[in-house]
Amino acid sequence: MTKNPLSLQVDLDAFLPASEEDKAYMVQMRESSTFFRDGVKRLHKNKVAFISFIVIVFITLASILVPMFWPYSYETQLGVSPGKPVDSSYNNLSPFEYGRTEQAKIEAGEKVFPHVFGTDAAGRDYFIRVVYGTRVSLAVGFFASIIVLVLGTLIGSIAGYCGGRVDMILMRIVDVIYSLPDMLMVILLATVLKVKLTPVIEGTALQSIGSNIISLFVVFAILYWVSMARLIRGQILSLREQEYVLSAQATGAKGRWIIRKHLIPNCISVVIISAALQIPSAIFTESYLSFLGLGVNAPMPSLGSLASDALNGLTSYPYRLVIPAVVISLIVLGLNLFGDGLRDAFDPKLNG
Amino acid sequence: MSSKTLLYIVKRILLALFTIWVVITITFFVMHAVPGGPFVGEKATTPAVQAAMEAKYGLDKPLMEQYGTYLRDIVTKFDFGPSLKQRGRMVIDIISDGLKTSAKLGVIAACISAVVGIVLGAVAALQRNKLIDRVVMVLTTAFVSMPSFIMGSLLLVLFAIKLRVLPANGATPAGLVLPIITLALYPAAYITRLTRSSMLDVLGQDYIRTARAKGVSGRHIIFGHALKNSLIPVLTYFGPMLAYIVTGSLVVERIFAVPGIGRAFVSSITNRDYPMIMGTTIILAALIVIMNLITDILYKVVDPRITLE
Repeated sequence: MTKNPLSLQVDLDAFLPASEEDKAYMVQMRESSTFFRDGVKRLHKNKVAFISFIVIVFITLASILVPMFWPYSYETQLGVSPGKPVDSSYNNLSPFEYGRTEQAKIEAGEKVFPHVFGTDAAGRDYFIRVVYGTRVSLAVGFFASIIVLVLGTLIGSIAGYCGGRVDMILMRIVDVIYSLPDMLMVILLATVLKVKLTPVIEGTALQSIGSNIISLFVVFAILYWVSMARLIRGQILSLREQEYVLSAQATGAKGRWIIRKHLIPNCISVVIISAALQIPSAIFTESYLSFLGLGVNAPMPSLGSLASDALNGLTSYPYRLVIPAVVISLIVLGLNLFGDGLRDAFDPKLNG
Repeated sequence: MSSKTLLYIVKRILLALFTIWVVITITFFVMHAVPGGPFVGEKATTPAVQAAMEAKYGLDKPLMEQYGTYLRDIVTKFDFGPSLKQRGRMVIDIISDGLKTSAKLGVIAACISAVVGIVLGAVAALQRNKLIDRVVMVLTTAFVSMPSFIMGSLLLVLFAIKLRVLPANGATPAGLVLPIITLALYPAAYITRLTRSSMLDVLGQDYIRTARAKGVSGRHIIFGHALKNSLIPVLTYFGPMLAYIVTGSLVVERIFAVPGIGRAFVSSITNRDYPMIMGTTIILAALIVIMNLITDILYKVVDPRITLE
């Protein structure tokens, strides 16, 4: 039955109870977003940081996975085999060249895995040395920044919580260490620790890591925690006084809730970001020391020591310098840009 | 200058002196913790000869007494003892020889990077988000991420080996060009970024808007108001820049074979010339500490808005 358009009769359909669908349509609330999810979203939008992240992940995965299937090892001198004179045709091969016995094999129809970057002066496959050096450099950077993170957080939070005399003494120590010229102290300590540690670690599991790397970690532990400690202390001091902490206390929140909901989320981003930015600086320091001959112990390569070794044959084999140089710059640049992106995404306060 | 500023300066000088003393003390005790002493490992030394050598260099005395003598000689006579490997030469003479070359290198590099950095930074800020700005920012990001030894080696490969336009050996005046460029690139890139961001900051200030509103010409605003004020943060970088140039020169002098203090230091590390390592560390560290001190004081004096702690 059609309704008379002039009728004043009320349309009863408009007064029916709303269906679930209608109700859902009216709700204005979105799904609640966490601090972490917001940050990831912001990070996703930052193209530069995202690309750097992919580059870093790629380099890291390659440095872990490639040695698993690569047929050569970083320390095998291809020209040296037991019971035979050293075959010097393996030394200083150009990329995609083969040694004498390998040539014979190829002529016999066998397949020989190519030396993508050639070999070094001692006849070691250079590609795997670069890969391994990248792994060593990344590992050094990662562990050194963890050491700095742990020590800095510990001392910074002690100073921040205790306050008073403990705080004053710790901060004066920080002031003095902070004003020491770090590189010179690193060189000095690395020189001495190298001599002092070698007999101590002989025969233990630490020997395979090498005295130089350990002394590098020790140096980092002694010198580089100060800026992290300052940062954490400042954070704790300022966060304790924030109004939202007071308001949480006033509404009856317990200490644990405040720490979990307010202090940690506000502090952790700053801590993680500065730890992430510590990695390139550690890699930088390691390569610098390796370049001065104070880095990893031979035959273990690191990107710095590879670059340093390449200086000797620079006129004939410049690519041997360029390759580790490019890798190291990519890593440092990538980590720096990614760290900046992290900071922009997770620490909106710093944006100003 | 208020009495508060003076008090700050005195405090800051005392902290610097204390830091230098800490450096001397750390250096002394760390170097003397090396097991066996400096003469172990040298060929053809009998115990008697070794004892005689140790007596000659005063190494047979108790450690604290040696420390006292070392400290007193530095303070009163500026004497860091004789070198162990370059027989008959005093450490201070070797250092001052090397410093002449290194200082020339460092000062030129610092001047170049200051001029280039300030000009590029100001241009980039004024042309914000245009092509020049983008190019400058990308290049400086790349340069800031490159360790000095890699920069130096790449320049060496490019200009001395591939193109053959500049000599690779730094012992001649022409050979100093590449080391100076290597040393200057990082600070120049850093100063560019610093100047750009501080210039952008200043250009957004109220007094610039006021000047614009009053009809002051663009050039006068930039040179009369903006540039001067935006250089204050750049001033703070001069201390760290010197530290960078000092440590950078260690590797740069090694790469280009420049006969400076950096190369002397590196070779003293490899041949374990302990007094030389100590002397160089202390002098370079003192240089950096003093430069930081001057920077800090200058910063407070130039910008009265800075609150003094």
